[in-house]
Amino acid sequence: MAMMLTVRRALWSVLVVAGLGGAAAGHAQDRFITMASTTSTEQSGLFAHLLPAFKAATGIDVRVVAVGTGQALDTARRGDADVVFVHDTPAEEKFVAEGWSRKRSPVMYNDFVLVGPAGDPARTQGKDTVAALKKVASQGSGFISRGDKSGTHAAELRLWKQAGVDLVAAKPAGYKECGCGMGPALNIAAASKAYVLTDRGTWLNFKNRGDLQVLVEGDRTLFNPYGVMVVDPVRHPHVKAALAQAFADWVTAPAGQAVIASYRVGGEQAFFPDARP
Amino acid sequence: MSPVLVTLSNASVRFGEVRALNGVSLSLHRGERLALVGANGSGKTSLLRLLHGLLRCSDGSVSYGAAPAGRSPAPLAAMVFQHPFLLHLSVRFNVWLGLWLRGVPRRLRGARCDEALRRVGLLDLARRQAHTLSGGQQQRLSLARAWALRPEVLYLDEPTASLDPGAKREVEALIEAIAAEGVTVVMSTHNLGQAKRLATRVLYLEGGRLVVDLPVDRFFSDALPPEAAQFLKGEWPWR
Amino acid sequence: MTESLGLAWKLVLQFDAALLQVVALSLRVSGLACLIGALFGLWLGTGLAVARFPGRAVVVWLLNTLLALPSVVVGLLVYLLLSRAGPLGHFGILFTPTAMVIAQSLLVVPLMAALTRRLVTDTLEEGGDQLRSLGASPMQVGALLLLHERLGVLTIVLTAFGRAIAEVGAVMMVGGNIDGVTRVMTTSIALETSKGDLPLALALGLLLLGVVALVNLMIAAMQGRTVLRAAAWT
Repeated sequence: MAMMLTVRRALWSVLVVAGLGGAAAGHAQDRFITMASTTSTEQSGLFAHLLPAFKAATGIDVRVVAVGTGQALDTARRGDADVVFVHDTPAEEKFVAEGWSRKRSPVMYNDFVLVGPAGDPARTQGKDTVAALKKVASQGSGFISRGDKSGTHAAELRLWKQAGVDLVAAKPAGYKECGCGMGPALNIAAASKAYVLTDRGTWLNFKNRGDLQVLVEGDRTLFNPYGVMVVDPVRHPHVKAALAQAFADWVTAPAGQAVIASYRVGGEQAFFPDARP
Repeated sequence: MSPVLVTLSNASVRFGEVRALNGVSLSLHRGERLALVGANGSGKTSLLRLLHGLLRCSDGSVSYGAAPAGRSPAPLAAMVFQHPFLLHLSVRFNVWLGLWLRGVPRRLRGARCDEALRRVGLLDLARRQAHTLSGGQQQRLSLARAWALRPEVLYLDEPTASLDPGAKREVEALIEAIAAEGVTVVMSTHNLGQAKRLATRVLYLEGGRLVVDLPVDRFFSDALPPEAAQFLKGEWPWR
Repeated sequence: MTESLGLAWKLVLQFDAALLQVVALSLRVSGLACLIGALFGLWLGTGLAVARFPGRAVVVWLLNTLLALPSVVVGLLVYLLLSRAGPLGHFGILFTPTAMVIAQSLLVVPLMAALTRRLVTDTLEEGGDQLRSLGASPMQVGALLLLHERLGVLTIVLTAFGRAIAEVGAVMMVGGNIDGVTRVMTTSIALETSKGDLPLALALGLLLLGVVALVNLMIAAMQGRTVLRAAAWT
């Protein structure tokens, strides 16, 4: 009967669909931790290089939830992550001070670069970021800010402060906040021929450059340090503290540091090991 | 006098502002064959639905069994509509459904389906999709569906109005066969010839009121109130 | 555009394992969400069509308003529920495919309920009384009408599937777009776009359309065979 056939087919499709799930369910038995990190770190491609090495060494899977730094820290505060790996030292120190983690361990650093249109209307090219930003502000040239409480955004705000520009009082003409990740910000900058501060990792991987190019680099103020923090099991008892600590230990040990150093983007080293014993 | 099945006491049915039925009183006796006649909008359909239980009365009362306060359960009833609604499934399933809904035990359902379909002459079409049947066949299926339930009362709302003459005759014959088994029949019709052939009692409705309620032979011979007489002449000019 | 088409074609031919996993997960999450959503949505829509109760108009109005619920809002609500800091946190299902199924189910229930209500209401005109006359309770009437209009029901489920598999806001929030675990087609597209790899993003988009087209084709084939079988008896 037509109805029986439809019922049979419906059951079969449910089984097939659930079967696809069966495969993933088995996977859930593996040991894994949830790591809150940033979009820029993920988009640099580092994790695809680093995490398989960690799994090979310890058998632990790392599931990366990549959001902005502010959101990553909030995710950990809520207890939805076991370990945090971001690049905003003041915010990380606050996180520890609030008691969410016992310790911040430095892991590596990379640097930011100021990219802008090939014509460089604000004459920023050189090695002095603060001076470059002053010129951008006075010229009113287009500048794209991520505006998303990320590590990159925090660094950008610190640089503006050093340049003596008060963004709260009066934004420079041409200053636009997108509330978005590094990639989208670069997209907007490329399309509107504006300046933007970006981390080198994302820049090296970014394909939609338009006529953007690196204008300021190598400045000490552009150094971008990364730290790892295990969420304190006293605050969140369900956290997989032991496994998370295994990650923190490995990534700051010589083995992990070597893997970081070996990561290349377009032939260039993207991250520089910085762990202190 | 045979036992009373349904009694209406001054019953009215209102839809918002409109009074579809206005102060109707009547008693339905077992074994009767009622014909409801009247113009469109006179309340025939509402009366049928009220008797069957598909509508509630806004005023007055409906009771089952002898006394007005009688607590007897409603008689087992089935209804056949002018345009039967058949599910997009087989002929047999449409009959089976009625039996299942009424809680007829499983072991009896199959036999009753087949019996009903055989009675109406659709047994060899049992596996066909119901909507592929002709108009007359669909109405016969509708009758089979009702008959299978072994109702005490069968209500019919202009069952042959949409059928061609051949199908009309077939359906009428089936209705007669059902009535001959002792099932009480209440049927609305536009066709006075049909009323004269099938009914034992004729009710004439106008504007929601029951104007005439007579045994069939008296209805067609006695002096009727002027509106009824007018209606009769209009519907049956060659009398 | 042509670069994307070529890229899409190459991706399909290579049977890239990672891509297959992403597609399979998309189908699984949205498929399950539609089945679960159908359970609630069909029941709710039918109930609203056949039942009479005070305040029914308000519920219908609420339902129609929820149709416009943005997927990212649903994602946010489910995230807050499932977060460890939230009421259902101890289940620990945030950032898993289960959370994604829950979010998408919530997303499609109003859609399915509204469409089902319309479908049943329309058919109720035709046959509601006759089914009641046969002894069906209001919910039985509803269920029988759904059986009667089963092709219409299938279309409703398909519509919901289209909405579910194409949304990105909810699954991004509650799934976290974790590589190998909760990455689906739409979140992959979002990721590639933000990385600036637009041709790849577009190629994945074309692939997504292709997958949905294939599912639609299978359903149409099923419908066609049902119609043919019915015709064969005449």
